[in-house]
Amino acid sequence: MSATMRERFYVTATELVDVDERLAVVLADIGASGMSQALRAHPDRVINVGIREQLMIGVASGLALTGFRPIVHSFAPFAVERPFEMLKLDLGHVDVGAIVVSVGASFDMPAYGRTHETPEDVALLATLPEWRIYVPGHPAESEQLLRAAARTDERVYLRLSEQSNRLDRPITPGRLYVERRGTEATVIAAGPLLDATLEATADMDVTVLYMTTARPFDADTLRGALAGNLVVLVEPYLSGTSSAEVAAALDDVPHRIAAIGVPNVEHRKYGTWQEHNAAHGLDAHGIRARILRALARNA
Amino acid sequence: MLTTGTIPTLGYADLRRLMDLQLGDEKHALSATSTLDVIWVLYDRILRTGPDRVDDPDRDRFLLSKGHGPMAYYAVLAAKGFIDVDTLRTFGRYESMLGHHPDRNLVPGIEISSGSLGHGLGIAVGMALGLRARRSPARVFCLVGDAELDEGSNHEAIAFAGRARLDNLICVAVDNHSSSHGWPGGLAARFALEGWSSTAVDGRSCVDLERAFGAEHVGRPRAVVAAVEAKA
Repeated sequence: MSATMRERFYVTATELVDVDERLAVVLADIGASGMSQALRAHPDRVINVGIREQLMIGVASGLALTGFRPIVHSFAPFAVERPFEMLKLDLGHVDVGAIVVSVGASFDMPAYGRTHETPEDVALLATLPEWRIYVPGHPAESEQLLRAAARTDERVYLRLSEQSNRLDRPITPGRLYVERRGTEATVIAAGPLLDATLEATADMDVTVLYMTTARPFDADTLRGALAGNLVVLVEPYLSGTSSAEVAAALDDVPHRIAAIGVPNVEHRKYGTWQEHNAAHGLDAHGIRARILRALARNA
Repeated sequence: MLTTGTIPTLGYADLRRLMDLQLGDEKHALSATSTLDVIWVLYDRILRTGPDRVDDPDRDRFLLSKGHGPMAYYAVLAAKGFIDVDTLRTFGRYESMLGHHPDRNLVPGIEISSGSLGHGLGIAVGMALGLRARRSPARVFCLVGDAELDEGSNHEAIAFAGRARLDNLICVAVDNHSSSHGWPGGLAARFALEGWSSTAVDGRSCVDLERAFGAEHVGRPRAVVAAVEAKA
């Protein structure tokens, strides 16, 4: 099976449009190569509009209004930020569903610089009502979540990343997965940062929850698995993206939140995503230091 | 006398009075009147739709992309029986279905929610693609304003629709010369450049509008530029 989430997406989407005539795909050049077989096989409903991302979302809305289930796809800055008002209005206010599948999460392609970095994506979409936001941490999970999304009419954002955990987990869409249980604190690791979080907390007595659905946030599982009064969020996108969700979930429970994620700065560095993780304290070493500090403050 | 239940008996002569029932958005009164004849001709003579066909997958679609000043739109919908005449008096009120920009989720027969400029034509392109994929005979009519065409998103849609040869798509550009920088060579030429069949007509002549909307344009989308009096 394909090595990356992106490659797995093209294979799975091609399979899905072959068997489900309700599905449509709208591209804005990005992905046209990966989806070339489907473009040839279903030219009426697998459509490349060219480098026109606002149109990509508008077309998805029109297809949904005529009974199709559209999947749209591009790099995260061009799928979320550039056509943001179309996501809000053409899909949300018009009230139709679509699956927005992005690649190039946060700083997956840092050599391209800031124009191709979007650590804001989840926070931005979380400001819009009735979006389901998936942040898989493994290609098998990304396929599972895409197939789940294809069966609904919801507005779904599927954030694919180059970063991946070594193993997939038996996740359930919409739910936090209880990776392990402890007593001193609750650590929520989102998507591809699970492995680094597990390495960072290997000798700590903490509960680790694995989040692949960022919205709607699974308050029930958090409340049921809560350990101690410290909740540590480890997110591969903008720091604090889910802090308000945790606070709302625990509004009747005394607690503290430590948010670990991408800082809101113009970083102006190139290199690799591993270097960026290290710079932002999102490798195992950095995550461990932040959690130890939070535990010390909580003592 | 306009009363509740006056469905399909109302005609063109009643439209101004129906518009006058809608108070509170006088700022957009000129915008509303600019579209009146176009919308009337479409609903009275062209569109294969009706209050009993709002869920028919093969109905023609009308999209008011330029959502400003929907009083003319609501007046026509009332005249044609989509909404009750008395509802017009609630225009803009908290509990009303009729906002100063239309919402498809509140008003029967309205196909999209609009107001922010530059959204309708992209959605119309998607609808035309979807209907073509379904082999539906339905057509998509999208009304834009000449100033609305300043929005770049429209040009993504115009360019692609021409390449995709969407001959089930008709864009009606109501031109009241309100674009700040104008359109050198005219709007019709802008569409023609991208492969559309385009024509310019008197936007106050119901005969000319009907002829333009009914013209053959096999293999190409069609633009009808409907010129009306310039915005003061």
